[in-house]
Amino acid sequence: MSAITLKVNGQSHTLDLDPATPLLYALSDDLELRGPKFGCGLGQCGACTVIVKGQAIRSCITPVRAVAGSEITTLEGIGTADKPHPIQRAFIEEQAAQCGFCVSGVIMTAKAFLDKHPRATEEEIRQALAGVLCRCFTGVRMLRAIHRAGQEMAR
Amino acid sequence: MKTLTPDARAALERAGFLRRDFLKGAGALIVGFSTGAIRTAHAQFGGPSPGSPPINQLDSWIAIAADGRVTAYSGKEELGQGISTAQAQLVAEELSVPFNRVNLIYCDTALTPDQAYTAGSQSHPANFNRNNLAQAGATAREALFRLASERLSVPVDQLTASDGVIRLKSDPSKALGYGQLVAGRRFNLQVDPNAKRKPTSEWTVLGKPVPRPDIPALVTGEFEFVHNVRVPGMLHGRVVRPPAVGATVMSVDEGSVKNLAGVVKVVVKKNFVGVVAEKPWQAIQAASQLKVTWSAGAGLPSHATFYAHMRTQPARDALAVDSKDVEQRLAAAATVLKATYLHPYQMHGSMGSSCAVADVEGEKATVWSPTQGVWYQKSTVAMLLGLKPENVHVIFRRGSGCYGLNGADTVTYDAAILSQAVGKPVRVQLSRKDEMAWENYGNAYVIDERAGLDAQGNIIAWDHESWSPTRGNRPGPGTPGNVVTGFLAGFSPQPFTPRSPASSPTAYNNNANAVPSYVAGNVGGRDQGTGTVKSERVLTHTIESPFWTGPLRSPNRLQNTFAHECFLDELAAHTKADPVEYRLRHLRDPRLIAVVNEVAKAANWEVRPSPKPATRKTGVVTGRGMASVLYEGDNGYSALVAEVEVNQDTGSVVVKRFVVCNDVGPVSNPDGLRNQIEGGALQGLSRALMEEVTWDDQKVTSFDWRTYHTLPLGFDVPKVEAVLLNRPDQEATGAGETSITVVAAALGNAIFDATGARIRQIPFTPERVKAALAARG
Repeated sequence: MSAITLKVNGQSHTLDLDPATPLLYALSDDLELRGPKFGCGLGQCGACTVIVKGQAIRSCITPVRAVAGSEITTLEGIGTADKPHPIQRAFIEEQAAQCGFCVSGVIMTAKAFLDKHPRATEEEIRQALAGVLCRCFTGVRMLRAIHRAGQEMAR
Repeated sequence: MKTLTPDARAALERAGFLRRDFLKGAGALIVGFSTGAIRTAHAQFGGPSPGSPPINQLDSWIAIAADGRVTAYSGKEELGQGISTAQAQLVAEELSVPFNRVNLIYCDTALTPDQAYTAGSQSHPANFNRNNLAQAGATAREALFRLASERLSVPVDQLTASDGVIRLKSDPSKALGYGQLVAGRRFNLQVDPNAKRKPTSEWTVLGKPVPRPDIPALVTGEFEFVHNVRVPGMLHGRVVRPPAVGATVMSVDEGSVKNLAGVVKVVVKKNFVGVVAEKPWQAIQAASQLKVTWSAGAGLPSHATFYAHMRTQPARDALAVDSKDVEQRLAAAATVLKATYLHPYQMHGSMGSSCAVADVEGEKATVWSPTQGVWYQKSTVAMLLGLKPENVHVIFRRGSGCYGLNGADTVTYDAAILSQAVGKPVRVQLSRKDEMAWENYGNAYVIDERAGLDAQGNIIAWDHESWSPTRGNRPGPGTPGNVVTGFLAGFSPQPFTPRSPASSPTAYNNNANAVPSYVAGNVGGRDQGTGTVKSERVLTHTIESPFWTGPLRSPNRLQNTFAHECFLDELAAHTKADPVEYRLRHLRDPRLIAVVNEVAKAANWEVRPSPKPATRKTGVVTGRGMASVLYEGDNGYSALVAEVEVNQDTGSVVVKRFVVCNDVGPVSNPDGLRNQIEGGALQGLSRALMEEVTWDDQKVTSFDWRTYHTLPLGFDVPKVEAVLLNRPDQEATGAGETSITVVAAALGNAIFDATGARIRQIPFTPERVKAALAARG
């Protein structure tokens, strides 16, 4: 165990952790954040995705020591129900969820991509999300929402 | 109520009161009498569970607070399918209150009535017709009108209600709010089976695309899944499952983890093994390092020859229909066609592995569970822990989408056993492998179809025979052994008894869609099916499964419909008839005919036989296929057209467009229905193209997303066009499982249309498509 400082959504937290602990457990257990989810623990599904230094990373396979001191953004950090991020707003407007378990990973993956590629086409968005799963298969609506948000973000 | 999570408490407080306090302190409101009984949903187990709020009492369903807020209590839960929104719309509509004034509480054994499982597309039939929640709403409305009539000294017919206020039609200034009328008291009335529901023509909330209130919280990370439930002093558990099916514990070396940080206890109960630690990561490491010696597994039948193996097993036989003349009619037919269809075991493969929290303190237990049957969790957790059922409180919390019996029940047992062992609250989330290798899979199937045609190509006899394995199921009131944890802890699954030959059917039941749509369905001298073919036999053989099985979205119905609807297409092709025309020729149910016609129209269906004329034998070709169903024989109509591209060089299949027409009676929420239709169609596509459970001679080998294949979010998503055939004059039916039921068949038919190759085994992998192309000659 050692003291690890994590900067999450603009706030610093010093936690006493095994440095090998995957970031996801620090976020969801120690900090009790509800955005990032444990889907597979293997980096295969995308449910645990958070953004570090502009990159979408899979927090279930990233040890905390690798991100100590870096700015980490989770779903909670990009908007709230009262002040949603354009992607979150588009998901609400398109009603782009069923169970909603994958949504955090989908939105964070899309955000990291759209931040870098503000004028992405539908086809490019689709390819950017090729490694994310949604087992309710809400893909029609999610891709529509992301494209819509991208157009708004590019304006 | 220390057991409420902060979110649940906030929800109750938002509603104006905590129900128990409210009921204890409040007087009764006597506004008339009613008699009669409403229909409940417990045919399987002979009535609601002990301790359930009485089903026939209005107060079990609806309470009105002094501020006019309405709380409704339901036994049908939100799993992501949108039913909580529809139920709140229903209550708002029947009571003429705004949608946002209704707070719906569902599936908590301390608060809500037992309505059996939330499953089988039964939430609409149970709560939206002249039953249960809908009828409670109508009863409450009539009671409020009678009360206002007394208070204002005018007849009921001179009153009108809107926004939770009853007014005199002739003088709207004479008004009484529901809160004033009820004043925090109970109704103390029976639910009146004759109370008049609001006519669909007057609906202003129900039938509208009301947005789901849970979505803003879901997309901003505020939503509390069961995975987010945190209770004070909570520890974290992890299970250690056997390395092979049928392996048993020989010894456990607790010393192997005693030096690891945070380990609290190693727990062994017969063949159940688990560890409890202070933090999740510590529990995971302890579980992976714990030295357990297991016996060899029981051995599994070969995956490669499993379908042939199924035909040779002792079986429980059943006849759904039998006109007793099928063999003679087939012998006399101008042509007899036969085909065999194969469907693998598939898994629910929930996005999040299953999770539950249990707090067992002495003789009492509270569990937060994503189960589809809270009342059966109550009784089976009690059995597992040796407690009295009345001392077990089960609170539903949403898990990851389940699509049926995923690991929800088994992980609740895991948490309960571990919490009892340490006397503290324990949260368990399964590993990906523990979820996928041990869940109750959707059934494999072998289906033989035979039909006789007359000289004009009309069907004159249809024979269906199937083999399907079973082991365990959803836990019922006394069967914790129906899922793996209960079994490991010493309980048996529900018994399997072979029985052959089958006795003659005594009542028509097409719940599994074993009876094809095109036969008469004659039992007891009455035609009860949807088709015209009089000579019919449907014989099913249920065998014992080496793996756990359980309902997976459209259980049995999808598999049977795949065979029936592809075979119908084969018959049409043999006759050189257009597949839509050929269907209609043998159907007599007007609503099934209507969805077939509507989907053909919407898809701009080109009338001609399949396969498409003059198709090339190489490169990319296109085609279209159709399939239709009356789900469960009485629970929703669906017809679907798939347009596909088949690459004949690689064997890959890409769907360009799905057109779906659904008739589910009066549509409660058109956007919610579309969401279900779209998700069902695409999930059906993934299952048809990719999904198959695999195993070696000891264990399941498809246990993560590299070994169990599914379409990712970013695949080439087809257009999905949904046509909703609204039927305000009919009863509400299920809607969540209709579109998925017809996808595989429509796809198989479209591949045939494009290529002339018939593929009869799911999944339609590129290898199988290429094999079918090679076999077409």
